[in-house]
Amino acid sequence: MYDFISTYGMMFLVGSWPGGPIGGFAGTLILAALSLTAAFPIAMLIGTGRTSEIGIIRHLSTVWVYVFRSIPLIMIIFWAYFLLPTMMKTEIPPFWTAVSAIVIYESAFLAEIIRGGLQSLPAGQVEAARAMGLGYFQTLFTIQLPQALSNMIPSLLNQFVSTIKATSIVYIIGVNEAAFSAQQINSIELTGTLRTYLVLAMFYFFICALLSRVAKMLEAHLTAKRLGQAA
Amino acid sequence: MIKFENVNKWYKTYHALRDINGEVNTGEVVVVCGPSGSGKSTMIRTINKLEDIASGTIRVQGQCINDKHVNINQLRAGIGFVFQHFNLFPHLSVKDNVALSPIKVAGQSKAQAYEMADELLEKVGLYAKKDDMPANLSGGQQQRVAIARALAQQPPVILFDEPTSALDPEMVGEVLNVMKKLAADGMTMICVTHEMNFAREVADRIWFMDQGELLEDTTSNAFFTQATHERAQKFLADIIH
Repeated sequence: MYDFISTYGMMFLVGSWPGGPIGGFAGTLILAALSLTAAFPIAMLIGTGRTSEIGIIRHLSTVWVYVFRSIPLIMIIFWAYFLLPTMMKTEIPPFWTAVSAIVIYESAFLAEIIRGGLQSLPAGQVEAARAMGLGYFQTLFTIQLPQALSNMIPSLLNQFVSTIKATSIVYIIGVNEAAFSAQQINSIELTGTLRTYLVLAMFYFFICALLSRVAKMLEAHLTAKRLGQAA
Repeated sequence: MIKFENVNKWYKTYHALRDINGEVNTGEVVVVCGPSGSGKSTMIRTINKLEDIASGTIRVQGQCINDKHVNINQLRAGIGFVFQHFNLFPHLSVKDNVALSPIKVAGQSKAQAYEMADELLEKVGLYAKKDDMPANLSGGQQQRVAIARALAQQPPVILFDEPTSALDPEMVGEVLNVMKKLAADGMTMICVTHEMNFAREVADRIWFMDQGELLEDTTSNAFFTQATHERAQKFLADIIH
């Protein structure tokens, strides 16, 4: 195992970088971080849109959620891979194709979490805010979202973890990330399949476990704050 | 100050408010009572448009609130509202709850708003709790904060929707005392409540409602001694054991 790690360690960590594009674990982390960072604000828009009183906004948001939630991620990746370059009339690097596909797919799920969070707040909260003269957006940003987001942490974390794991599927269009590197190592090694994929599995496990830990701490902090016990 | 003219409201086929006519003058305390389901809460909630009406007009300080040009947030900023279940914002401290509308709606500086919050919390006897979170307060204390929050809008009128109904009995008094103080200060108040002693002591007038109708609109003395309507007499007999 030691030899294996010392031979392929760098390849697992950063792919063919610095000679080629960055990949491996670093590639996965960048891909996941970028995708989540982009998907979250979109999901906020769509999720809030799902609770809108304006029919057209609510319907468009609903269509977005229903469509992209009901299609497998790999279909969206294929569509993005073949459709985006045609539409934009230029070549798009696989990495950005992957980001676009994941953002679209995950935004649908995150939006539903956000909608649920907003709708589970007691109706009296919005009433009290509106009754004092706060407008729709003021109420959304100062009253609804701060409470809803802290209630949603467990579900959001769930989705973040699932997104990180889902990035592994994009090796299929040749994006340099952890699963792609493992695939390469496997074809060089030929005999170490189990070992290679064990390292890959452990990587995903530790990243997601770490994220769970952080979310748990954040949740405890917010609960303490609401009860007035935060330091 | 507030005037109802032939106001009607339906919930689908249910006629919740039937031809309400009535007027509340500046400085008056009007207590609205009646059996549950009589439309009291619905009526009070139409004044700041938490509920829409189907027909008729409601005027607040001469302004017809169902006019399309009325800025609803501006209208609401000028009307304090105290809810049965307090509805404090649990993620904000007591003083932030009180200072929210001065900062966000009235556009005051934070220093100004917190100074006013201090004064108002002093007034309701909760200055010592200003840095606490609502979850650490008893129901009575939360409702007093909610009253301070309404006062922070510096409104000419405050509406109370059963402010003591969700409280444990031993906490009702502290909230009513704050309300009595407000009434003595000359605040215009409309108060839906079952506290008949409060009504007797503090109210200038009583509105009695039943099945969506405003049946009695009299001085509190007249209401308790010579209620004209049969349903009002029955209500009084039921409520005063």
